Amino acid sequence: MAVEEVDPVSGRVTTGHEWNGIKELDTPVPRGVLIFLIVTHIFAVIWWFVMPTWPLGTTYTKGLLDTNQHKIVEERLVQANAARASWVDAIETASFDEIRADPKLMGIVRSTGHQLFGDNCAACHGRDGKGGHGYPDLTDDDWIWGGDPEMIAETMRIGINSPHPESRASQMPAFGRDQMLDRRQVVDVAAYVHSLSNPSESTSATIGSIEAGKEVFLANCAACHGEDAKGNRDLGAPNLADGYWIYGGDLQAIITTIHSGRQGHMPTWDERLSPAEIKILALYVHSLGVENP
Amino acid sequence: MIAQLTSSERQYSAVILILLLMAGIAMAALGKADALGVQGVIVLLYSGVLLAFVLSSIDKPEPSEDRQANYYDDPIKVGIVLSMVWAVFGMFMGVWVAAQLAWPNLAFDAAWSTFGRMRPAHTTGVIFGFGGNALIATSFHVVQRTSRTRLAGQLSPWFVLMGYNLFCLLAVSGYFIGITQSKEYAEAEWYADLWLVIVWVTYLVLYIRTLARRKEPHIYVANWYFMAFIVVVAMLHIVNNLAVPVSWGHAKSYTIWPGVQDAMVQWWYGHNAVAFFLTAGFLGMMYYYLPKRAGRPIFSYRLSILSFWGITFFYMWAGSHHLHYTALPHWVQNLGMTFSVMLLVPSWASAGNALLTLNGAWHKVRDDATLRFMMVAAVFYGLSTFEGSFLAIRPVNSLSHYTDWTVGHVHAGALGWVALITFGSLYTLVPALWKRERMYSAALVEVHFWLALAGTLIYVFAMWNSGIIQGLMWRTYTEDNALAYSFVDSLLAMYPYYIARAFGGLLFLLGTIVGCYNIWMTVRMAPVTAQDHADLPDRRAAPGIAPSPAE
Ligand code: HEC
Ligand code: HEC
Ligand code: HEM
Ligand code: HEM
Repeated sequence: MAVEEVDPVSGRVTTGHEWNGIKELDTPVPRGVLIFLIVTHIFAVIWWFVMPTWPLGTTYTKGLLDTNQHKIVEERLVQANAARASWVDAIETASFDEIRADPKLMGIVRSTGHQLFGDNCAACHGRDGKGGHGYPDLTDDDWIWGGDPEMIAETMRIGINSPHPESRASQMPAFGRDQMLDRRQVVDVAAYVHSLSNPSESTSATIGSIEAGKEVFLANCAACHGEDAKGNRDLGAPNLADGYWIYGGDLQAIITTIHSGRQGHMPTWDERLSPAEIKILALYVHSLGVENP
Repeated sequence: MIAQLTSSERQYSAVILILLLMAGIAMAALGKADALGVQGVIVLLYSGVLLAFVLSSIDKPEPSEDRQANYYDDPIKVGIVLSMVWAVFGMFMGVWVAAQLAWPNLAFDAAWSTFGRMRPAHTTGVIFGFGGNALIATSFHVVQRTSRTRLAGQLSPWFVLMGYNLFCLLAVSGYFIGITQSKEYAEAEWYADLWLVIVWVTYLVLYIRTLARRKEPHIYVANWYFMAFIVVVAMLHIVNNLAVPVSWGHAKSYTIWPGVQDAMVQWWYGHNAVAFFLTAGFLGMMYYYLPKRAGRPIFSYRLSILSFWGITFFYMWAGSHHLHYTALPHWVQNLGMTFSVMLLVPSWASAGNALLTLNGAWHKVRDDATLRFMMVAAVFYGLSTFEGSFLAIRPVNSLSHYTDWTVGHVHAGALGWVALITFGSLYTLVPALWKRERMYSAALVEVHFWLALAGTLIYVFAMWNSGIIQGLMWRTYTEDNALAYSFVDSLLAMYPYYIARAFGGLLFLLGTIVGCYNIWMTVRMAPVTAQDHADLPDRRAAPGIAPSPAE
């Protein structure tokens, strides 16, 4: 049945079988393929000899190099830490002022800080540190808790409304929802707060509301935000008289804040970043807000 | 379609559908508010619609007696249509997911449209929906033609095809409502997995029975590959999906594999899914449609043997290269790596065998876009297997892993190889199956070819660039030995490439839509009047030669 034929193109014979018109040539395996097969096998066998590869019951062949990935990682980590040791030690021991006076260390702060900020903070504060709704801008000079490097480092260490035992607590009460103020009073005090940073927008129509709002403010808000509404850093109560807002400064956003309250959450970095990294970030964040750091 | 079944076969199918319908009701009742309940309703609707279809023609006249005189092509036709429908769905999902990576807001704040749910809808849609249906359809075609016998069952081909599509539907609809096993390419939950086992075993039995009835003394190479595909996928699917459901009323289950063993089983599965689903099955396609279209004999039978056994043997060991530098013991990684390197030779032998088969037909490759689809597919097969073996080398993988380079490799294989070989095969198969002289428009095949090729190249080059840039950025240190870039910096660097990828994918999708139109118009064309008498089963008794499957 098998009828071998000669293929006119290649000059080779077929195997003599045919499947619905398909035939096969009996071409031997090209020499290149065999050589290639041998080369890859030699590579594999060499690898088996030098590296850990084959299982042997409860153990495995260790290979002539007697290495393994755990050992390699540990060595690499030691090397990497040693390579960084000089400046990491300097940053850990020096005071903020000393570091700021040292251009070389500040160079490291800027480059390392950029990466640390990108990987740890940018998700909330934005890549450029400019924040967004609910997340404060770290590049302006308006600070809720304080903007010198020491304070920034402290904020990072303990967090805000975080599980850290020393965490900063930031509570803006929900005056409307919890019925401390009625609807009218909320609108009035919002108009007043709004007018502080937008004095030009107070018209004769709103002036009455603003006046009433001021009374409400002095009675309910001044304890935290201060009589002049310039905030209180000990309580984390922000300045309401400048143009910087965490939750938005239009009238509606302010009403929402007063009605429902706000509790921003900032994680603690105490155990996630090393002391040197916290210091670097504090200086880096500080430098974002200063024209010429 | 139903007219081809005898009335007792129609009754059987009605019984099966009623049982399925009851299973759907049981799932809905047990699942109640759980996602399982929703899945039950889907089973119910699916089997209900099919049942209505069967019942509507249950009284049709009995089929003419000489069914055995013809090949069984109806399930193949339906399989091709389903495959193209899934292709459009899956690739649309791919484009959408790609666009989301560039513009995350395209999730529109809904849960079902988040990246995490749409991505598996894409992978399942293209791999199992498009690829799987194409494989089932072409395997039914190839096994009949190369065995010169009709499929060994009347009902079972339908059961396999429609049952398989129910599995795909359950999987994809499940993702959208938040069901997943969290195993890549095996996301579907336990009830769908159990169902697939039944379907797949039926497929295996059907295939073996058909081969056993063959009228040719030898089993053609393409069938070796289809068999390997069916057998190994059954094995992989069962082992990787061993899990215990939380209760009969919950969609959720927990795998029985603990910790790092789970990871190893998953990637033994994952890699062999690549090997036996995305490679072996499609090699089966290639071994039939390429020589058929080229009108040339296979370059070397001996090379076919070498590559078949090489591929089946080496792939099995290579899975651990997906877990380099992880908690998996170092020796397992090394073993997988060396086997991946050795795997290159049989892989290239297959690609080379295909390309050398074209010797004497290169003028056809130039003029015929259908053959060109298959030629380029073989080139991409060679390319992606070279890339794969390269990426499997541990130090290379330390750069490429977690980056878009992997995604580039995936799509060099998935678009360049899997999709192109499928389109080439379908353009060969469709006119033959529907007895048309040719495809409706050769020009549109040409348009599809260039859209697909351009899309693939844009996609793959964008991902190579983006992957290597990413990998390098993650390991760049400043002169002070600190990391130079944050992850966000690398994301930003990828932005232009993500746009390019989405654009390349869009071209590819457009090509697929053109293909659908062309196939549809071909089906609507007038059939050729003269019956092709060669395309009929051989009705003589099977030859007495003892079959030897190894050949
Ligand atoms: C999960 C989101 C989140 C992440 C991540 C985060 N922050 Fe914050 N951060 C906040 C919020 C919210 C506030 C404001 C809290 C409040 O309302 O008092 C804040 C406040 C601050 C403040 C106080 C600002 C002021 O005006 O006093 C500093 C400084 C700060 N963050 C620095 C950082 C640094 C540095 C990092 C990275 C290590 C970081 N944050 C990461 C959410 C975050
Ligand atoms: C218990 C102290 C406390 C009192 C009383 C209080 N606040 Fe606050 N307020 C805060 C704190 C703390 C924040 C910052 C909350 C945050 O950042 O999450 C804040 C935030 C705000 C903000 C949002 C600032 C921004 O940048 O978006 C407004 C507006 C505001 N308070 C208005 C008021 C008004 C009006 C009252 C009186 C009705 C009031 N607060 C009373 C503590 C207080
Ligand atoms: C229109 C064309 C396509 C586009 C635009 C596209 C796009 C995508 C995107 C954006 C991802 C996610 C990548 C990531 O997570 O970073 C992806 C993953 C994937 N796609 Fe596609 N795809 C297309 C076609 C296909 C086809 C035809 C197949 C298979 C036959 C396929 C198989 C896969 C697989 C297996 C993955 C997972 C890759 C991994 O986990 O590494 N894709 N695709
Ligand atoms: C010799 C053949 C091949 C080898 C050795 C190989 C090797 C690899 C390697 C090393 C990875 C990366 C693993 C990681 O870093 O995570 C990978 C990923 C992948 N490859 Fe291949 N590959 C081969 C052929 C193919 C082909 C032909 C296809 C497709 C059709 C393919 C599809 C995939 C897919 C889908 C993934 C992504 C898996 C995931 O989700 O992470 N591979 N392959």
